[in-house]
Amino acid sequence: MNAVVTANGLTKAYKNSLALNDVSFRIESGRIVGLIGPNGAGKTTALKAILGLTDFKGELNVLGFDPRTQRDKLMEQVCFIADVAVLPRWIRVREAIDFVANVHPRFNRAKCEAFLARTKLTPNQRVKQMSKGMIVQLHLALVMAIDARLLVLDEPTLGLDILYRKQFYQSLLEDYFDENKTIIVTTHQVEEIEHILTDLMFIRDGKIVLDTDMDTVGERFVEVMVGADQAAAARNMKPLDERQVFGKSIFLFDGADRATLERMGEVRRPTVSDLFVATMKGTYA
Amino acid sequence: MKTFYWLVKREFWEHRGGFLWAPVVTGAVFLILNVMAIIAAEVMSARHGVQIGGNDIGMMMRNADAGDLAQVGAAADVAMISSMGMIGIVMGIVVLFYCLGSLYDDRRDRSVLFWKSLPVSNTSTVLSKVASAALVAPVIAVVVSIACGLLQLILFAIVLSFHGVNAWQLLTLSHPIRAIASLVSNIPLYALWAMPAIGWLMLCSSGARSKPFLWAVAVPVVLGLLVSWFGIMGLFNLSSSWFWGNVVQRVLLSVFPGSSLVFDKHGLQGMNDLGDNNPLGALSPDHTYGLLASPNLWIGVLAGVVLIAGAVWFRRVRDDS
Repeated sequence: MNAVVTANGLTKAYKNSLALNDVSFRIESGRIVGLIGPNGAGKTTALKAILGLTDFKGELNVLGFDPRTQRDKLMEQVCFIADVAVLPRWIRVREAIDFVANVHPRFNRAKCEAFLARTKLTPNQRVKQMSKGMIVQLHLALVMAIDARLLVLDEPTLGLDILYRKQFYQSLLEDYFDENKTIIVTTHQVEEIEHILTDLMFIRDGKIVLDTDMDTVGERFVEVMVGADQAAAARNMKPLDERQVFGKSIFLFDGADRATLERMGEVRRPTVSDLFVATMKGTYA
Repeated sequence: MKTFYWLVKREFWEHRGGFLWAPVVTGAVFLILNVMAIIAAEVMSARHGVQIGGNDIGMMMRNADAGDLAQVGAAADVAMISSMGMIGIVMGIVVLFYCLGSLYDDRRDRSVLFWKSLPVSNTSTVLSKVASAALVAPVIAVVVSIACGLLQLILFAIVLSFHGVNAWQLLTLSHPIRAIASLVSNIPLYALWAMPAIGWLMLCSSGARSKPFLWAVAVPVVLGLLVSWFGIMGLFNLSSSWFWGNVVQRVLLSVFPGSSLVFDKHGLQGMNDLGDNNPLGALSPDHTYGLLASPNLWIGVLAGVVLIAGAVWFRRVRDDS
C-alpha cells in the first residue's frame, strides 16, 4: 500500500505550549481516518501542517510533496473543508463555481452543478444570505467535484442540525469516497462518524495515544457488563475504565482475554466515544 | 495566465463597489452638480435680465478671432477632463483602503482558509491584488472619467446651442481625442508611481495581526518624528523634510493620482501651459513622462517590489486563522 501522509518527528511549538510533540504516523491510501482528541490537543495544528498552512519541525510528506514549500502544487490533489464559516461572505454561488472551475485543473463543473441541483441554492445567492447548512452544501459541492486524492475535514459539521450532518456524511460516502481517495476527519460528534471510519487516531497533549484500524479496535478493546458479584474480579484485571449502569458495572479492557470476560458477563464491542472518554480520562483535570 | 486572469476577476467581484460604482457615482454627482449650476445660471440670467445669454453668445462666436476660439476650445477641454479630478481623489481613497484590506480581511473572516485550499501560489495571489490596485482601478476610473467628460462636453454643446452657438463648431474647437489619449497615457505612470505605497500598504495588510491601518500610518509617521527630532537626515546632508516628502508621503499618498506632480518639475511646468489655452498640457505625455527620468520614481518602484516580496512572505507564514 502506498502512503498518502507520512509524518516523522512532527513538532510544532506555539509561544508557551507544544501543539505537536514529536508525532509520527502514516496514513495509507483508501482510508477514512478519524483524528480525534479533546480541545487543544493539536488536531487542527496537525491538519494545518498537512495542508501547508503552518510551519513545523520534523519531516512531513503529503503525496510526495513538502507542504511547507509546495502548497500550491499539493492543493491540486488535496481538498480541505474547515468548520463552516470559511467561504467568503461576498461570493455568489455562480462566482464560486466559475472561480474554482477556472483555477482548479481537476474540477468537474457538471458534477458540481448536479450536486447543487439537489439543494435549494440558486446561482445568484450570496454566501452571506445562506444558513450554515447551506454554506456547507455549497462547499461540499465544490469539493466533491474536485478529483482529489486527499480530503481533509476539520469539524466540517460544527453547528449544523442533524439533517445536514447526516446528509453531509451520506453524500461523502455515496458520491465521493472510493479506494483511490483518502479522508481525514476531525470532529467531536464521534457517534456520527464511527461507522464510516476505517482508522482511528487519538491525539492528546500533542501526542498520538492510539493509532489503529477499526478491525483491530474490535479485537483489542472489549466492554463487559458484570453484576456486583463479579465486579471485584473484573477490577483485578486492570480495566481501562469502569462505570455504573442500573446497578451493574461496565468495564472496558484493552487486550484482555475474551474467553475469561465472556464467563463474567455480557461482552460487546465498545463505542468509539466510550473508548475516547476512557483514554482521555483526566485531560482537563 | 488563465489563473491570474481569474484571480483579478475575483478581486473585481469582491470590490465592484469600490472599483466600479464609486467612480460611476462620483461622475454622476459631478454631472448633476454641473446641470444644477447651469440651471441656476440660466434662472439667474433670466430673472435679472442680464444679457449673457440670448443671441449674444452666438454673435460673440461669429465675431471671435482665432485666439478667442482657442479659449473656447480650452474651456471645452477643461470640461472634458475636469471630472478626472474628483474621480481621481475618490479612486485614490478606494485604492488606499483596498490595499490595506487586501491581505487582511480574508484572514480576519477566515476565508483565507478557503483561498489557500486552492492550487494557487501566494505569489500569484498577492500579484493579482497588486494588479487590481495599480491597473484595474485606474483603468476603470479613467474610462468613467472619459465617459463623464464626453457627456459634459455634449451637455455644454446642447446648452450653448440654445443660445445660438453652433454645437458642432464648439466640438471641433475642443480636442476630445487628445484629452482621452492624455488620460489613458497616465495609467502606466500611475502604476509605477503608486508602487511603493501599494507595496507598503499591502505589507501592513499581510503582516498585521490586527489594525493594519494603524501600522501603515503609525510606522512612517513615528519614524518621521524620530528623524525630525534627532536630525538623523543631517548625516546624509538631507533635511528632515526630505524624509517626510520622499518616504512618509511616498508610502502613504502615492496612491492618489496626480500626487507625482508635487515632486515632478516637468509636471509643474506643464501647468504653465494652462495660460496658453492648453489645459491638456498638464496631462500630456510630453510633460508627465518626464517623470520616467527621475530617480525618485524608480527607487520607489524598487522599494515597492521589495515591500511586495515581503507581503508574499507574510502571506505564507502568517498563521492566525
